Amino acid sequence: MSSGKKLLLMGRSGSGKSSMRSIIFSNYSAFDTRRLGATIDVEHSNLRFLNNMTLNLWDCGGQDAFMENFLNNDSDSQNVNSSSNIFKKCEVLIHVFDVESKEVQKDIEIFKRVLDNLHKFSPNVKIFILVHKMDLIQINKRQELFDIMFNKLDNVAYENYRFKIKGFATSIWDESLYKAWSQIVCSLIPNISLYEQQLSKFNSIVNAREMILFEKTTFLVISSTNKFTVGGDELDPKRFEKISNIIKTYKQSVNKIRTNFNNLVLHGRGSSIYLDVLTSNIYIMIIVGPPKTSPGYQVDDESLVLENIKIARTLFEKIEKGK
Amino acid sequence: MDVEAVVFHDMQPLDTLYLESTTKPTTENFRSLIDLAVMELPGQLNLFEPSLYDSEKLFSSIGALVYVIDSQDEYLSALQNLAVIIKYACSVNSNLHIEVLIHKIDGLSEDFRLETQRDIMQRVGDDLLDYGLDGVQISFYLTSIFDHSIYEAFSRIVQKLIFELPALENLLDLLMQYSTLDKVFLFDVNSKIYVATDSSPVDIQTYEVCAEFIDVTIDLDGLYESGSDAEPNTNPQPTRCVSKLQSGSVLYLQQMIRGLALVAVTRLEDENDANALAVIDHNVLVFKKSLEKLWERSRIQ
Ligand SMILES: Nc1nc2c(ncn2[C@@H]2O[C@H](COP(=O)(O)OP(=O)(O)OP(=O)(O)O)[C@@H](O)[C@H]2O)c(=O)[nH]1
Ligand SMILES: Nc1nc2c(ncn2[C@@H]2O[C@H](COP(=O)(O)OP(=O)(O)O)[C@@H](O)[C@H]2O)c(=O)[nH]1
Ligand SMILES: [Mg+2]
Repeated sequence: MSSGKKLLLMGRSGSGKSSMRSIIFSNYSAFDTRRLGATIDVEHSNLRFLNNMTLNLWDCGGQDAFMENFLNNDSDSQNVNSSSNIFKKCEVLIHVFDVESKEVQKDIEIFKRVLDNLHKFSPNVKIFILVHKMDLIQINKRQELFDIMFNKLDNVAYENYRFKIKGFATSIWDESLYKAWSQIVCSLIPNISLYEQQLSKFNSIVNAREMILFEKTTFLVISSTNKFTVGGDELDPKRFEKISNIIKTYKQSVNKIRTNFNNLVLHGRGSSIYLDVLTSNIYIMIIVGPPKTSPGYQVDDESLVLENIKIARTLFEKIEKGK
Repeated sequence: MDVEAVVFHDMQPLDTLYLESTTKPTTENFRSLIDLAVMELPGQLNLFEPSLYDSEKLFSSIGALVYVIDSQDEYLSALQNLAVIIKYACSVNSNLHIEVLIHKIDGLSEDFRLETQRDIMQRVGDDLLDYGLDGVQISFYLTSIFDHSIYEAFSRIVQKLIFELPALENLLDLLMQYSTLDKVFLFDVNSKIYVATDSSPVDIQTYEVCAEFIDVTIDLDGLYESGSDAEPNTNPQPTRCVSKLQSGSVLYLQQMIRGLALVAVTRLEDENDANALAVIDHNVLVFKKSLEKLWERSRIQ
């Protein structure tokens, strides 16, 4: 387990921690999360991510009694949920806030105590805060509400502990969850730049409009290259998260007939889209055309593109094995 | 009625929690293979209040009457109301299809659903007998907006209204044979209703996967449409999407005319699947041409 990375998932009870974990890592749909009960103590999950990385996710039950236990009893080393045990060797903290919470002061107080422990036991931890259940807020009020909350938390973290935090507004009912988790997980991949280099090398051959790499079980985006974006090509800034969401929904859909998909080739109104297995841990998506958005020659022949992906496979397998 | 919102407006079931109860009749038109007008009548109003409706005109002009019963509520008065409506409707329009949705069954246990259906069918039959209407054909469907049952029900209701249905089904059967497909649907893309399918039985899971495949296609394509509105789409080819599954099955979608899409499930056994797909492409094109002809002819009438 030496390469395991410990991620702490914290926040008040009902804020949505287990829901997001189940959606990203266990193939739940947003509907399914209504079945989840409150988490007792800590639920551990070990998840393989890419080839050589294990994520140890600690989903900590948020009911007051559990929280007090985590935050307070330091001396009792026999207790598996003592604060030193919970907070030591953490690489990442993900702290979830229910945007509709009636006790914002208390939420912040608890966040502060969590930081206090991390400051003591894992001073190099990376901190992400999620202002969650944004779907319950009117669209035009979301940004403002997020900014207020983020600034408060950012102040607490920086003034007291010199922690620099990152924040996202999320909801299980749209793609915002994928954006947040992609960035959190990518912050843990050490050789992430190698994927990027290799991908843009590959695209210098295919000249596609865009290429994207997805992790295979979570559909989180690992890397992308967008070589020929010239003035006119205004792409949806949320497209990666949307694709993650669409493809994951598709995966659940074909699950109903007890199978998974191997690939997908779409010749649509604007572009051709190829989705295929790249390595045992990665899917690749290649978007080709229309010609005017990408100057120069583009390969848009179905068999040629799929053939190119086969060739690229060996290159990416090398990165995965850490060579 | 939020059933209509879910089926015809692509609304998410959870969003319907915020819909207000219907109090006024509303009419909407849908253009697909057939021109469909969906008229929604509120449950609270007295249909036979002459100042509000021209009931006679209303019932003589429609093809199907869809009556929704809330299975989670006390439904006895709804059934009496239904019997009165049927009695009246039959006297004005003897060709009317009467369709009864036993709705919100997501709240009932598996056993209780069938029990409820039996009870409702029995009571409606008895009521009609009392009115001396024993020959009336009524179809019953168990539905909920939280799964695909409501789409399946509306699919079958709409199909009864399509004059060309036998011809369409024949064409689809032919396409099946010549392209060795396992199942093929002709979908109305917006509503996910299937206007026709081949004559093999419909398995609800296959239907769901095919319907959801349309969403996958449309959603992905929408993200990479050539941005500027100034330039209309240059691609003259119809949208086509093919996905291979681990089981060896293949999902195939091709855009047709008038907001329709053909979605098929097939199986490519050999290595040479490019050839097999080319055969399917060709045959689907032939089908599309027949569809165009059928449509033209049906408009002239
Ligand atoms: N509207 C909305 N509801 C959500 C969202 N995320 C989670 N929920 C709901 O919130 C409820 C509680 O979620 P959980 O994930 O069990 O909460 P938790 O943080 O794990 O709670 P503890 O285990 O007690 O700490 C569930 O019913 C979820 O369906 C969201 O983004 N929007
Ligand atoms: N559980 C459940 N609730 C439903 C279903 N269909 C509709 N509802 C709910 O019933 C309520 C009233 O429905 P609506 O159709 O607007 O009423 P109407 O227009 O007066 O018939 C809404 O809150 C819907 O969310 C269903 O299939 N299952
Ligand atoms: Mg939980």
